[in-house]
Amino acid sequence: MCLAIPAKIVSIGELNMAEVDILGVSRHVSLDMTPEAKVGEFVLVHAGFSIQVVDEAYAQETLETLKQLDIVGDEIGPPDAAESDA
Amino acid sequence: MDLNTGFRDPEVAKRLIDSIAATSRTPVKIMEVCGTHTVAIAKNGLREVMPDSITLLSGPGCPVCVTANRDIDTAIEFGRVPGVVLATFGDMMKVPGSYSSLAREKADGRDIRVVYSPLDALRIAADEPDKQVVFLGVGFETTAPTIASVIRQAKLQEVGNFSVHSVHKTVPEALRALVNDPEVKVNAFILPGHVSVIIGLEPYRFLASEFGVPSVITGFEPVDILQGIHMIVQQFESGRAEVEIAYKRSVAPEGNPAALAILEQVFEPADADWRGIGVIPGTGLAIREEYADLDAAKRFQIDPPEVKEIAGCQCGDVLRGVVLPFECRLFAKSCTPEHPIGPCMVSSEGSCAAYYRFTDYGRS
Repeated sequence: MCLAIPAKIVSIGELNMAEVDILGVSRHVSLDMTPEAKVGEFVLVHAGFSIQVVDEAYAQETLETLKQLDIVGDEIGPPDAAESDA
Repeated sequence: MDLNTGFRDPEVAKRLIDSIAATSRTPVKIMEVCGTHTVAIAKNGLREVMPDSITLLSGPGCPVCVTANRDIDTAIEFGRVPGVVLATFGDMMKVPGSYSSLAREKADGRDIRVVYSPLDALRIAADEPDKQVVFLGVGFETTAPTIASVIRQAKLQEVGNFSVHSVHKTVPEALRALVNDPEVKVNAFILPGHVSVIIGLEPYRFLASEFGVPSVITGFEPVDILQGIHMIVQQFESGRAEVEIAYKRSVAPEGNPAALAILEQVFEPADADWRGIGVIPGTGLAIREEYADLDAAKRFQIDPPEVKEIAGCQCGDVLRGVVLPFECRLFAKSCTPEHPIGPCMVSSEGSCAAYYRFTDYGRS
């Protein structure tokens, strides 16, 4: 339940919300806990929130691992309709 | 070792396994207290590659599993209030309470919805103003700040139809309860990586200074876990007891100050009832008075039934590492992942489910 998945910040909008890319899936996450995070950086995402800024090389390798284990979808859920409209 | 590459590298793993075997002399029982570690250890067969001197035990690291029956019963009662949408993480759906589960309630027509983030629950409240949305707040320090942030946001935006039932738990003092428990024989801890991203190293310091228990904050890849075990064994064999970080690429010694500030702003320490352990003072998170109007328990009058425990289920003893999953007489007989009886088999991160899925114990 405490799994956290690396994501790349694509853009930062209002209310500390950011669009992130997780293996090609677009999601919106809150940057409340990592106000220092910038566009292009990688963050660990847990329950719709960025909880830590992480190094890119580490993030890429973890994503590869998660892809092999096929658990990314379990953790982030389906892309929601509101986001694909945007 | 380069911490940023090769943490699934079989060669690195083999070198660590060899070094652990060469270093470990004294019998040591090492407990992991994170469900993600439980699964990783079982899935990668790490228990089987340890020397005879090392026993790996699973502890109370699955937030779903440690949720007491009374708290599940209470959540079910919130879901029965007319006009209420009960929003929850999916892990909680199948966990049995005294008489029902959220999955059964949903099948019976209650409006229970699975969300991936507490932000989704707040969105439901905004989209459906004629409903009252109650979010079931379950999780350790990794998850609790996300719910604190949403509570803060709901207060700021004056969302009148959103509230939270907080059964969050905090890890460090539960570890004190374990080392003080005469039935629990644990010599060292593999500490949870993502809980520690938030809280850092300091809250665990007493494990080493007061109890002499080596403890290492550990990541989730096979090489991470082997490195954590290696550091524990090195401490143990050299007579040291320290709290160390093996997961430095994510965990800073001070944790995440922004997350801790949000947590502190919304929640205050309270007593929490842990399945199998009982009430541990100060390990719960109650919503502060300032946010009391967002506390589901203060918004709705409910009357949960008298608690009934699950007959024959030893989940509570499994969570303390006193009984191994396959030592429970229900394991792999009446209790399987397809027909689970206790929470440790229901949750994918439960010790019983991990043993059942990835090993042959109890069935050979």
